[in-house]
Amino acid sequence: MNRLINALLFLCIGAAVVASFAYLGIDLGQLGDSGNLNRMGAYAQRFLSPDLSPSHLKAIGHGALETIAMSALGTLLAAVFGLVLALPAAGRFGWPMQSASRLILNALRAVPELVWAALMVLAAGLGPNAGTLALALHTTGVLGRLFAEALENTPPEPAEAIRLQGGNAVWAFCYGTLPNLMPQLLAYSLYRWENNIRMASVLGFVGAGGLGQMLYVSLSLFQEAQASTVILAMLLLVLAVDTLSSWSRQRWVKA
Amino acid sequence: MLTRDTRDPASGPRLLLCLLAFVLLWPGIHFSELDLGVLLASDSQSEMGRFVAAFWPPAHGDAFIELLLQATLQTLAIATAGMALALLFAVPASLLASRALSLSAASRGGQPGYWGQLLRWPVRGLLIFLRSVPEIVWALLFVRAVGLGPTAGVLAIAITYSGMLGKVYAEIYESVDQRPAHALLQAGSGRLTAFCYGILPNVAAELLSYTVYRWECAIRASVVMGFVGAGGLGQQMDLSLRMFAGGEVASMLLTFLVLVLLADQLSRLLRWRLA
Amino acid sequence: MTLDLTQVSVTHANGVQALRGVELHIGAGEQVAIIGPSGAGKSSLLNLLGTALPPASGEMQVLGERVWQLSARQRQRLRARIGLIHQAPPLPPRQRVVTAVLAGKLGQWGMGKSLLNLLHPLDVSGARAALTRLDLSDKLFAQCQQLSGGQLQRVGIARVLYQAPEVLLADEPVSAMDPVLAEHTLSVLCRHAREHNVTLVASLHAVDLALAHFSRIIGLRDGQILFDLPTDAVDRERLDKLYANEQLQPSPAPPSPLSVQIPRC
Repeated sequence: MNRLINALLFLCIGAAVVASFAYLGIDLGQLGDSGNLNRMGAYAQRFLSPDLSPSHLKAIGHGALETIAMSALGTLLAAVFGLVLALPAAGRFGWPMQSASRLILNALRAVPELVWAALMVLAAGLGPNAGTLALALHTTGVLGRLFAEALENTPPEPAEAIRLQGGNAVWAFCYGTLPNLMPQLLAYSLYRWENNIRMASVLGFVGAGGLGQMLYVSLSLFQEAQASTVILAMLLLVLAVDTLSSWSRQRWVKA
Repeated sequence: MLTRDTRDPASGPRLLLCLLAFVLLWPGIHFSELDLGVLLASDSQSEMGRFVAAFWPPAHGDAFIELLLQATLQTLAIATAGMALALLFAVPASLLASRALSLSAASRGGQPGYWGQLLRWPVRGLLIFLRSVPEIVWALLFVRAVGLGPTAGVLAIAITYSGMLGKVYAEIYESVDQRPAHALLQAGSGRLTAFCYGILPNVAAELLSYTVYRWECAIRASVVMGFVGAGGLGQQMDLSLRMFAGGEVASMLLTFLVLVLLADQLSRLLRWRLA
Repeated sequence: MTLDLTQVSVTHANGVQALRGVELHIGAGEQVAIIGPSGAGKSSLLNLLGTALPPASGEMQVLGERVWQLSARQRQRLRARIGLIHQAPPLPPRQRVVTAVLAGKLGQWGMGKSLLNLLHPLDVSGARAALTRLDLSDKLFAQCQQLSGGQLQRVGIARVLYQAPEVLLADEPVSAMDPVLAEHTLSVLCRHAREHNVTLVASLHAVDLALAHFSRIIGLRDGQILFDLPTDAVDRERLDKLYANEQLQPSPAPPSPLSVQIPRC
């Protein structure tokens, strides 16, 4: 019986795949015919000679710094707001506050960064400011939820001991809860930052600054040579972040 | 005055760290042109207010619902078709890239041969390259190459996710006990049979659950990719945003939320069922 | 009287009655040891005196105040004058010893000082002095998670010494220390209490330590006071009766170590 259900499930998955191709009307044969491949090859060839002129490299450097700054500030803002929202979301101020803040966090988290960026471009105009705000909004939702979970899992005894000595709730939190919580909060924030650098490099597609905006503009102007340099820069940025994070994780978090 | 009695050995590093953070963040504020005040400025507030006010009620005309349904189905189809194509490439690539099937490793106590290592690197490099370029960049490129529409989305997902799946699959093969496969290889079986009998039984559940989880990610990605013209819900959302049609944006956001929730539940069900 | 209990009963949240009709009066500057088998209610009695537990019935006064009729604000102010030493000091593993000790005065410090102290320890010499008395000054800047159970207990004691309360309550303060260290630590506590005219109430597992250091002994069994006598009047017979067929109880599981998890997506 179990095997039968599993076999049926695989059949369903297969059917879903076939139906998807049929619905989209993608003809892989036509896509792979020689004329089409030739056109795509010719298009790809134009990317093979990246523009490495100093002025363009300088512009890319500026774009990369903008990307990093957007992600760092977005994550920092999100960590602050996330913690502010996580306190009620962990049930510190009673259940009405808890459900309200959970609702806010879920709503912030559910809307993808790029959609937030498109909305923020409408509100704050083109440029990196919109991207920073978009990252901050989405990341607040993500970090707030993670922080609230961490907060619920911290042992309450140290904070209660401070209360028993006559300290108020704020000191109980700062001296009893925060020392245990801090490494976890840092780990979560760094992990999100790593994600956000990746996101920040593409938010520019909707006009929110950074490398993405450069790529979008140069592709729209059919400057493939310039575009390929931007893609290379993105690749380098992502690889650097990956290496750095895996190194720092081995170095700091495991210990 | 700091005497030995009152000095804190951690204060120096702490002060340095604060200074460093400040020095790094100050230009960051300049580069990101951060200005929270813009959200509170009256003109942008009134404009945003009008836009957000139009969110209610969400658009629900018959024609629009029809369009929404089409776009949602398209999004799902893009994710599924993209994953299928990605698997076609990822499975062979992961077998090539993994050290688990090294013949020389089987006879040398787990240490693969020098040449085998050298041959595996190009495949690994290709996989890393494919996954490191964000999918939306691939989508943008394919929109220029094959035109607007879902085909670009499917190809973009296929390419990025084949890199992700291939790399993770290869790592999963290496993470399990290698002795069964080595024993089979030493007994003279072929590599593929050794894989099927020695490694696959141990990794099948993890492979499946990772694939299903990635399919869920692909659905989110296909929505986002629509913003550069790769079809699906995202493309419709981009159009509505440009037309300041708040109600349409609202119902599309709601649809997106429902879609993500459903995909989450379905993937949980599949993982529970198959694992 | 510093501590006054009249016919006090305590019932835990799970319905277990920990203390029944306890009658206890302790004057200022007295040094009292509470002994008794495990599960007799020693911890409950100390937590009650430390205002961590409300009594289910009966009258209770600490430092002349009816604790549970005060407003929350007044109760916090009163609590700053009571020091409770926990058997397993609830110190955050990642906190540094110096911060943990200085946290003793949080109830007396103002807003700005407490906040600043979090970033930079303000009274290193005070913390060092408290730790030196317990022979632990070399661990001043170590993290709490690097210390052994006995060292942690001494950090907990140092924190209360630094707090300098008027009532010092100690729940098995030396249970994780070797005999020599336990002897030394108890004499430090008693001397401190004598010098500053502090009321000291300690629960102890080791009867010989209680007899050697305290002038008044209270025997507790099944949530009731079996005897309350000067040390000279405690004889073999009473002790045998106190500890008659004591049941072995499993020790509580140690708290799980802190782990940092990272989600995948």
